[in-house]
Amino acid sequence: MKPLLEVERCTVQFGGLKAVSELNLSIRQGEIVGLIGPNGAGKTTVFNLITGVYQPTEGDIRFEGHPVVGRRPYQITARGIARTFQNIRLFGSLTVFDNVRTACNMHLRHGISHALWRGSAFAREEQEVEERAEELLAIFHLDHLRDVECTSLPYGDQRRLEIVRALATQPKLLLLDEPAAGMNPTEKVELMRLIQFTQEKFKLAVLLVEHDMRVVMSICERIVVLDYGVKIAEGTPEEIRNDRRVIEAYLGE
Amino acid sequence: MNRPKTFLAFFTLLAGVCACFQGAINPYYFDILMMIGINIVLGVSLNLVNGYTGQFSLGHAGFMAVGAYVSAAVTVLLGWGFVAALVLGGLGAALAGLAVGVPSLRLKGDYLAIVTLGFGEIIRVVLQNTEAVGGSRGFSIPIRATGLFGTYMAAALTVYVVVLLVHSTYGRGFLAVRDDEIAAEAMGINTTKYKVIAFVVAAFFAGVAGGLYAHFKQFIHPEGFGFLRSVDIVVIVILGGMGNTPGVILAAILLTILPEGLRALAGWEVLPAGVRGLIQNRMILYSLLLIGLMLTRPQGLFAGGGKFARWLKRRVSA
Repeated sequence: MKPLLEVERCTVQFGGLKAVSELNLSIRQGEIVGLIGPNGAGKTTVFNLITGVYQPTEGDIRFEGHPVVGRRPYQITARGIARTFQNIRLFGSLTVFDNVRTACNMHLRHGISHALWRGSAFAREEQEVEERAEELLAIFHLDHLRDVECTSLPYGDQRRLEIVRALATQPKLLLLDEPAAGMNPTEKVELMRLIQFTQEKFKLAVLLVEHDMRVVMSICERIVVLDYGVKIAEGTPEEIRNDRRVIEAYLGE
Repeated sequence: MNRPKTFLAFFTLLAGVCACFQGAINPYYFDILMMIGINIVLGVSLNLVNGYTGQFSLGHAGFMAVGAYVSAAVTVLLGWGFVAALVLGGLGAALAGLAVGVPSLRLKGDYLAIVTLGFGEIIRVVLQNTEAVGGSRGFSIPIRATGLFGTYMAAALTVYVVVLLVHSTYGRGFLAVRDDEIAAEAMGINTTKYKVIAFVVAAFFAGVAGGLYAHFKQFIHPEGFGFLRSVDIVVIVILGGMGNTPGVILAAILLTILPEGLRALAGWEVLPAGVRGLIQNRMILYSLLLIGLMLTRPQGLFAGGGKFARWLKRRVSA
């Protein structure tokens, strides 16, 4: 079977700095892949590359066989790649529900004229969006906070809301950038359970950046390790745990 | 606005009833009432761009000028009806909005403000040199077609469109663009398209306002649509609260009445001569009031907190 996402020999250069160099990465359908590496290794750059925020200096990216390079981020999202952000980027003036609703926007069949006319087709579609948003919020235990301004949520809830919002775009590949940052151990366990649950329910592929090794090791089937923008190892959690270069990158010689 | 069509029907009726008493109103008050209506159209439509979508436009008077001149040309030169003139004026302005918006909406903040400001000036200079519509001598419109009915219907329609647009899943995209453009793109929202739509819709209503103005004052002049006019509209939006339609409506009313109210106050003999002298320089006082308001309520006069604002918000939101 062809992989869902293929990154081929991608390089991102900022002036003299190679943030990512000659990266090869492929993700198959329904697989959870971990992306780890020390600070500044280029993990978030890889995310920005896949989602079209940055363009690669060299190399090619394909998603389900379609080229990703040169597309605007919203077009890539429309193809089925959704993401969360390391530094939370919720829509600050909107409520929890509206944040999720906004992400359903792309799948609306009706546009501006229906919003103005407000016929029955519009009402039906708004109803569908509302049901979908509420279902997703309920999975992540945020449904009781529906009408709360999202900025007043605690940090952990904001992170979970970002995941809900990304899921509302109905992705095939979900990129999570440190979803468990700032959570306590119990919350982390719960989050990992939720990620696995949604991954199975929606048949998602997940690419996960995370610093907590216990989290990464417990749910990822495959792990990719970056250091200074170069892939230094790839394999199962067991292989990564015993890889000499990985230990060196993290702990020094 | 739970029942939007009821809202429109109600306003049609209200505007119709008001129009019946039009003849009985003292011309001075009539003038103020008309300017309030026109300013509501301008403020509420600009709020879609500056408030809800977060793009700082300083060219609203430019679009108003396009609408005013196009609609005046339609009635005077072509001899068509007033309603057709208003619609064509709006469409002309919307077209100008599209032409300006598509290239310039890639810019952000100050840069967009400068480009839209430049656009307003270009319109003014072009009109000044177009002899067919009077050039710098101005353009007279022999018929006075605008009345209270037309003006307040246009105001109600503007409020209707802006509020319904924003209170829908589709329209939440405008707010998403304002809050975080990168996140909005990542959620599948075509930010450029949203910005252009906001810009074009706002330009359309500015054009309609221009048409109303032209057929009310019966004389338009390029200088009347300069930079300062744009600033007046921006002040209405900022004072009312960015992205707060009821607030903007109230600000439009307040800011139209305020200079006139000060004029009346200056003539009030009970006040000591010194105070009256101060009030006589009403434009200075007006500016001071604005500065004071911005220092004490930067979020806008009617934003958030108050009981009245919350009540209004409940009424308006779907």
